[in-house]
Amino acid sequence: MNWLSWLSDFFSAPDHRSGPDSIVHRVSEHLLFSGEALLYAAVLAVPLGLLIGYTGRGVTVVTAFAGATRALPTLGLVTLAVLLAGVGDTAVLIPLVALAAPPLLVATVEGVRGTDPDVRDAARGIGLTHPQVLWQVCLPSAAPTLLAGLRTATVQVIATATVAAYVGLGGLGRYVIDGLATRKYAVTVGGALLVVLLAVGAQLFFALLARYALPPGMRAQRRAR
Amino acid sequence: MDDEPIVRWYWIGDHLGYLGNLLADHAVIALLPVLIGLLLAVPLGLTCTRFPRLYQPLSAVFNIVYALPSLAVFVVLIPYTGLATQATVMIPLTFYALAVLLPTTVDGLRAVPDPVRQAATAMGYGPWHRLTSVELPAAVPYLIAGLRVAAVSSISLASVGALVGRGGLGYLFVDGFQRTFPTPIVAGIALIAVLALAVDLLLVGARRLLAPWAVREKGAGS
Repeated sequence: MNWLSWLSDFFSAPDHRSGPDSIVHRVSEHLLFSGEALLYAAVLAVPLGLLIGYTGRGVTVVTAFAGATRALPTLGLVTLAVLLAGVGDTAVLIPLVALAAPPLLVATVEGVRGTDPDVRDAARGIGLTHPQVLWQVCLPSAAPTLLAGLRTATVQVIATATVAAYVGLGGLGRYVIDGLATRKYAVTVGGALLVVLLAVGAQLFFALLARYALPPGMRAQRRAR
Repeated sequence: MDDEPIVRWYWIGDHLGYLGNLLADHAVIALLPVLIGLLLAVPLGLTCTRFPRLYQPLSAVFNIVYALPSLAVFVVLIPYTGLATQATVMIPLTFYALAVLLPTTVDGLRAVPDPVRQAATAMGYGPWHRLTSVELPAAVPYLIAGLRVAAVSSISLASVGALVGRGGLGYLFVDGFQRTFPTPIVAGIALIAVLALAVDLLLVGARRLLAPWAVREKGAGS
């Protein structure tokens, strides 16, 4: 057996072409679930980060806390969540959100704090209210950092969602885990390859966003002063 | 799971030796790659500062490597390194560590101000002597900042290796899940956190010792 035959086995298997175990279905499961986790993490982390970054209160606590969460093992959180909260996608969502939120929080805080103080003062000086400054000055200026944080969180979520197949989550991790359990290496390798492609694709997506979707003036080539 | 408490303390008491063995195994699997990563990052970083054109593509490659989900990489290595071997887990961890350490090494080496470099040359330091007594010491705070990030991530990532049969403390997660017995999982999470904290404190101590001038952390944001 070699790579080519493994992959041709994987991609030509009838189960992988249609039905609940098909590649299209698994990829969409993986993307939907990761997207859901990221959305919840962003809803939690970004407003809090904007507030903390703007007021400057609790920055040290947040940074230390987020650094500490890096030590948490994903597999441990996922298995514990399922044992405590019961089998199901909701149980798995909790650790995923918990792992994605800290990098987003830190990125938002750092982005807002990185706003040029002169620009903030000028914005106040021309009569903008605090919410207006936050919304019209700090948020655009935090956008590149925020995007970098979102990228870290996405990478983390895609990887953790793969691991979470162990506790029964769908998505591409299913191939990896099921292939290992049934000793069908072609399935495992095919799944791993798709996960890698998804992760690289996400990186490219964020690289393109950073280049084209940021507010003009905040794009990478102008950022370096 | 109805009346199962989250932690049964007696189980931990009964399995202290077992937990100690897993902890030792985990420390080797997680930290040896960081050490190898450091040994690779320094010469590679030096090459990159000497040939700056090399750094951009190399750091792009390592950015992508760092983003690869660990489980997928472990699994892809199995035909070459075997199931449940240390190498299957340690080779990817080495690359993850290198991906963190290379940028911090380059930042550290670039942080030496040019006048300092020139002063060293003017005082008669050769390239080797200047490297060991001026440039590398100046990079130490950066290197340690990078090592802190790399070590903590490596310690938590190594547990995923349990899914391919070799994850040190990660085995407790698989074991606890299969028996619907949360105690080993909680013990595993706690021991991993303790190991990460201990290594982090050790590195902070090393920085105090090796670079007492660097009171505030520099380099890799942590």
